[in-house]
Amino acid sequence: MNREIYKLFSTFFKIGAFTFGGGWAMIAMMEKDIVNKHKWFSHEEFVDNLAIAQSMPGILAVNMSVLVGNKIAKKTGATFAALGTILPSFIIILAIAMFFVTIYDNPTVESIFKGIRPAVVALIIAPVLTTAKAAKIGIKNVWVPIATALLITFVGISPIAFIAAAIIYGVSKCYIDNKNLKA
Amino acid sequence: MIYINLILAYLKIGLFGFGGGYAMLSLIQHETVEVIHHGESAPWLTLQEFTDIVAISQMSPGPIGINSATYIGYKVTGSVLGSALATISVCLPSFILVLLIGTFLLKNRENKYIQNVFKAIRPVVVGMVASAALLLMNKENFPDYTKSIAICVIAFLLVRYAKLHPILIVILSGIAGYILY
Repeated sequence: MNREIYKLFSTFFKIGAFTFGGGWAMIAMMEKDIVNKHKWFSHEEFVDNLAIAQSMPGILAVNMSVLVGNKIAKKTGATFAALGTILPSFIIILAIAMFFVTIYDNPTVESIFKGIRPAVVALIIAPVLTTAKAAKIGIKNVWVPIATALLITFVGISPIAFIAAAIIYGVSKCYIDNKNLKA
Repeated sequence: MIYINLILAYLKIGLFGFGGGYAMLSLIQHETVEVIHHGESAPWLTLQEFTDIVAISQMSPGPIGINSATYIGYKVTGSVLGSALATISVCLPSFILVLLIGTFLLKNRENKYIQNVFKAIRPVVVGMVASAALLLMNKENFPDYTKSIAICVIAFLLVRYAKLHPILIVILSGIAGYILY
């Protein structure tokens, strides 16, 4: 195998295997390896590409590895970088899933999870506040997240509908603004 | 049929999952806990199982989107193939999108249309994360109105103000559950 491809794969494999705490923790590790160690991206390139990875749908860490891989070795690089990011969690979670189905009904496990479940809810409430701050939610637009949350939760509308509506709104608002400018 | 449903569900999750892991949870929840898929008789997971999978994902390395896809794929089909298909499906849409329009976006970041779309998506993402939390606040996860609510409030304070790592929160609440229940 090509040396660069191997280096891409192993770098992302290592990041995927040893970073707990989801996407953003992985980005911090990536910056160290991609910018400082391998110099695949300059710091500025890293920040620009991160903005792209973040604005795309899907998994942030995978998107970022695709961008790096693509720069170093085109589609092959992108594929192996993405595989490197995905494989460690795939292997670990698969092992846990296989093991877990055998102990799920154990009363001790059940009492442990009874304690964990309300804490998981707390872990999801916390990012509501941080994302609200990042999205600059104020008095004028606070109805958007509230209406979205209520309609998804209590009416059962798919979240996809809201993403689609936001895209259509964004494009048409810009189109109308442009027209008014010209008129 | 279940494999096709699984692939379609995770392609959808991958394509519309804007705004990171927690926002994606709202989509995953919709597809796995609420929807009864074509030709099937019940949703894939109960709300309790979904919550447990989120907890397990928090404690394992890697992104929560991958972790939950791998776990749910295995749980739903009982096979490694199901697990692999769900994982690949959740990554595929953005893999293609990033390759196709990543460079275009990088060059046209100042474009008004693109900026307006992202501006419009952001508040929706906040609502999606909130709905993921709201949907989990029910009797299955809070069987009593005392101990479970206390755990939730304390966990929230610890993660928000003491900045404790989520793994530590899961471990501590697990110990609390072992002692209290």
